[in-house]
Amino acid sequence: MIPTTLTEARSALQRGETSSVALTQAMLDRIVALDNDLKSYLTITDELALEQAAAADQRRANGKDGPLLGIPIAIKDIISVQGAPTTAGSKILEGFIPPYDAFVTQKLKEAGAIILGKTNTDEFAMGSSTENSAYFTTRNPWDLERVPGGSSGGSAAAVAASLAYAALGTDTGGSVRQPASLCGIVGLRPTYGRISRWGVVAFASSLDQVSTFGRTVADCTALFQTTAGYDPRDSTSLDVPVPDYAAALTGDIRGLKVGVPAEYFIEGIDQEVETAVRAAIAKLEELGAEIRPISLPHTRYALPVYYLIAPAEASANLARYDGVRYGPRLAGTDMIDTVKKTRALFGPEVKRRIMLGTYALSAGYYDEYYGRALKVRTLIKQDFLNAFEQVDVIACPTSPTTAFKIGERTDDPLSMYLADIFTLSVNLSASCGLSVPCGFDGQGLPIGLQLIGNTLQEATILNAAFAYEQATEWHDRAPELNVQD
Amino acid sequence: MSLTLQDVEKIAHLARLELTQAEKAQYLEQLSAILQYAEMLNELDLDGIEPTAHAIAQQNILRDDIAAPSLPLEDVLFNAPQQAQNQFLIQSVLED
Repeated sequence: MIPTTLTEARSALQRGETSSVALTQAMLDRIVALDNDLKSYLTITDELALEQAAAADQRRANGKDGPLLGIPIAIKDIISVQGAPTTAGSKILEGFIPPYDAFVTQKLKEAGAIILGKTNTDEFAMGSSTENSAYFTTRNPWDLERVPGGSSGGSAAAVAASLAYAALGTDTGGSVRQPASLCGIVGLRPTYGRISRWGVVAFASSLDQVSTFGRTVADCTALFQTTAGYDPRDSTSLDVPVPDYAAALTGDIRGLKVGVPAEYFIEGIDQEVETAVRAAIAKLEELGAEIRPISLPHTRYALPVYYLIAPAEASANLARYDGVRYGPRLAGTDMIDTVKKTRALFGPEVKRRIMLGTYALSAGYYDEYYGRALKVRTLIKQDFLNAFEQVDVIACPTSPTTAFKIGERTDDPLSMYLADIFTLSVNLSASCGLSVPCGFDGQGLPIGLQLIGNTLQEATILNAAFAYEQATEWHDRAPELNVQD
Repeated sequence: MSLTLQDVEKIAHLARLELTQAEKAQYLEQLSAILQYAEMLNELDLDGIEPTAHAIAQQNILRDDIAAPSLPLEDVLFNAPQQAQNQFLIQSVLED
């Protein structure tokens, strides 16, 4: 039996009960046994992993220790790992081998973490189900007929199925919190700028943020602690000290003011989701928190604002894929024709967003769409600043539904976009947010509680989630997967 | 306002995307629906509201201009679909 959580794995390593090589090999064996069905990984970096594990064991033999030393983790395939394919889930980056490590990859290597592989994602992180991956759709470990959420669905499924002790994702509009909710694990989207984006394939630069998954709050925190920090190579990186987040997990939330926004309990939300989330809020109160009703009046505008701003930024960021410097090239009659033919390799959702963004930024429509969206973004941001004058934490659902069936929403982009309706506002404002398991529906599918904090108040929401987790047993449940031991 | 097929073709050209006829028809319908949904933003009075481009605005982030090693040329060119003489090779853009 291998340890279930990152925290337990670290203890086992510290006590000498196992080695990183043994843990890594056990994880790789599990991946071979299970991932044909689950499809959470795009690339397995087994040689790199076993090399790193041997080195980590050597470091430990030399008296070193650390939260991630020797711990096998996974990385979303939108984050560069030198020498390993990085596709961003797109055919337009098929075969691309990054010549350098992302900041977060460097941090993980320095910490002695073991990189098992690169996980599946919706193409360029555009999606809520991994169905937009150009390679395959990842399955939800709780029900293989359902999506794991997205875009970081590969990372979420891998962690939920114990095919990694923790994983990195990116969250531009909910791409870590929503899959964490649908897969029954913890996902933290830190404040914009808390973790460097250097070496991360860009989608929407004012919204993108590297984010972390773990089976438990402590596991998620360990990965966050290691990857947070200032990086001069990302000009939006925040040059502020990184607190000791693990030390903040006291489990004491007496007197914590928790706001419940009326606008997040709306028509269209699953009744079972609402019931579970309201019960979780009652549990927070039982633990000593003060519950207050609040209002975030511009919530309903977050979706249209997001779907103008994110595609506008994406249309600019994705202009770089022209078949000149990397990726495949499809030759045309002249250079412009070549670029157009090459860019036809983008999948349908990516093309849709490039088209939408190009239109929103084009002459004559800029003020009407993009300009207007930026102004409403100000109102949404202000809603949160006003709320955080009254409360420390905002509690609400992460996703309006539990995991939906594969194929159920692919015909209607707007219905897919609604999957992110409760997560988008965090990205548009200067907040941070997380999802923590808070129950299961009648079909045994996980439900997530979203906790939102003010700028750089990650420690506050992590501790609130930790207190809740310690008082409940949802995190002890694991999906049943058939593995031949 | 509603989009036309000509609008879709113009946007596709601006975005340098080759689309099939079927894609054009599909995007015409889907983009129209999304833009119609976005018209909800017209409900708001935005006079005097400043735009927000970034969640946390930082300005004039400068660094000292210190020379440092760059990536080796072979690493930079490694992923190029075509290269020659240590350069990316493309079709000619300017006429003679």
